[in-house]
Amino acid sequence: CCSPKVCIVGSGPAGFYTAQHLIKARQDVEVDIYERLPVPFGLVRFGVAPDHPEVKNVINTFTLTARNSRCSFYGNVNVGKDVSIEELQQAYHAVVLSYGAEGNRRMGVPGEDLAGVYSAKDFVGWYNGLPSCQELSPDLNCETAVILGQGNVALDVARILLAPTDILKKTDITQPALEALVQSQVRRVLIVGRRGPMQVACTIKEFREMVNLPDTRPEMMADDFEGVKEALKDLPRPRKRLTELMMKTALEIPSEKEQERQSKASRVWAFRFLRSPIEILANPDNSRTVGIRLAVNRLEGSGDGARAVPTGEVEDVTCGLLISSIGYKSLPIDPSVPFDSHKAIVPNNMGRVQHTAGLYCSGWLKTGPTGVIATTMNNSFDTARSVVEDMESGTVDVSAARPGSQSISGLLEERGVKPVTFSNWEKIDSLEMSRGEASGKPREKLLTVEEMLQVARK
Amino acid sequence: MAASAAVRSSMGLTFRLSRVMPDCNTCPLNRLKSCVSGAANVQRRGSFDSFRTINRNLQTSKGLYHSEEGSSNAEDPEDVVNVVYIDRSGKRIPVKAKVGDNVLYLAHKHGIDLEGACEASLACSTCQVYVSADHFDKLPEPEEREDDMLDMAPMLQENSRLGCQITLTRDLDGIELTLPKVTRNFYVDGHVPKPH
Repeated sequence: CCSPKVCIVGSGPAGFYTAQHLIKARQDVEVDIYERLPVPFGLVRFGVAPDHPEVKNVINTFTLTARNSRCSFYGNVNVGKDVSIEELQQAYHAVVLSYGAEGNRRMGVPGEDLAGVYSAKDFVGWYNGLPSCQELSPDLNCETAVILGQGNVALDVARILLAPTDILKKTDITQPALEALVQSQVRRVLIVGRRGPMQVACTIKEFREMVNLPDTRPEMMADDFEGVKEALKDLPRPRKRLTELMMKTALEIPSEKEQERQSKASRVWAFRFLRSPIEILANPDNSRTVGIRLAVNRLEGSGDGARAVPTGEVEDVTCGLLISSIGYKSLPIDPSVPFDSHKAIVPNNMGRVQHTAGLYCSGWLKTGPTGVIATTMNNSFDTARSVVEDMESGTVDVSAARPGSQSISGLLEERGVKPVTFSNWEKIDSLEMSRGEASGKPREKLLTVEEMLQVARK
Repeated sequence: MAASAAVRSSMGLTFRLSRVMPDCNTCPLNRLKSCVSGAANVQRRGSFDSFRTINRNLQTSKGLYHSEEGSSNAEDPEDVVNVVYIDRSGKRIPVKAKVGDNVLYLAHKHGIDLEGACEASLACSTCQVYVSADHFDKLPEPEEREDDMLDMAPMLQENSRLGCQITLTRDLDGIELTLPKVTRNFYVDGHVPKPH
């Protein structure tokens, strides 16, 4: 009789994979994807590092979905401000929240707000062209940078700080970021974690990239690997391979060729373990950071559950740039949506939001901000399956028609909000790519919402 | 006659192989970002010129190539590799494939939902498959980069491989490729059990 209408909030991997699965599972479903920015794709565009273009190939899959006749994209719509979740729930049979994690975990130490201190989320947003991070202008006029956290985001930041700019200039890194990095004085990056080598959150691909990064050399400490060799045999494969590579980097004497390469390297990177931030140290007039005071830890327990316990010892490290990479964090979008502020997720059961019929979540908002694109893909397919099950069982009543985008478009127009369609985005896309061609880059990103809207509406 | 036909046939195979699974990542053109046709440049060219599309075209034109040749028919039994995909619901889907076919693109051609998010560039793990025990050891050893990506795959098993890295040979006749069941193990509180 009528087509079930689903609304998805957020156009990153979670939103698009949820849409993809819904469209495939039911020939009658229509999906509308709402996105706050004029441009789609979320962290694929703004999070994935510029020197990882293959990871961004997934955009081709998402583009196929967006161009499906049963899928519509509405950019430049701020859900929670331009339209409420309740209004969406009235207009659609089901609403899926896939808006990810735009906040970050605070360190909670004095000096966190000094100049020279940034969250990795903002630093990554800056070099990837996220409009809200374009004023960051990080000062790269110091020799040493300290990154707190040892996940893949921390390694991305380290790599971007240390990669030869000849490589970066062929990527989609923003022009202002490239220029800043060309001028950068940073020569040494310390990647600091609370616990030991067997608890690092990064994966082997990213660690291997550091080992192979041209014009850099590692400065791992052999002492950090005491007792690790014995523990290797009991580790699951991914942890084992990564730990072996770290150990090799720290303990093995390099080949002659590699020694020569290292001696010529102008930049250094190192992992430092068993260190937690206590205080960020300021210059005399208290305007910017000059270093960080770290607590020295010991490990209690082993494996993933090992705990960092302060020993009482303290260590000061000089640095002019401090980047905190200790995790992204989801934020509540609307008071009507249940939110677990301790875990910073929307409480749910297999993607079904607790106590709220017809409301679902997928991606990081559902499980917390960890995992790669494959993880999010599975997670989103799961949620889509829950939606389809509910439609089939009658939990979501699709027998009565709902207006979908017809009523929402009306509301938006009344409120002076003009959505950006997928075709509009494709104009932005074309322009960015042709601008990039002139400088040998895959694209030159537009950096402000105003510019994006201007081009979209041409 | 037969010899030259065999040579042309084998060149065709090589041609097909090189189109089906080019290894851009060892190519200097790709390193210098000067390649205009690689996966890394898909977005540059703007749209559907992806490997997936190129590959599909290649598959359908293969019959033409052979009939031009006139020397072997497209159903050459020497060339056939029988494959069974087992999809996420457990359904068995038998496929008659050819030597040189790539497991990921073959799946796409037959509507099997094996994702290939990074389009065969060893930058994701979405095309993970479990390989039947009888055939697992017949596959060439994975390169380090494949192992690195497999390490990130959810529900990794001893017989996991990335579909985009498997090229069919006669040896693999009867191979069964199981798509990992998407986990439904997300707890109410959002806790995700760590893989073990």
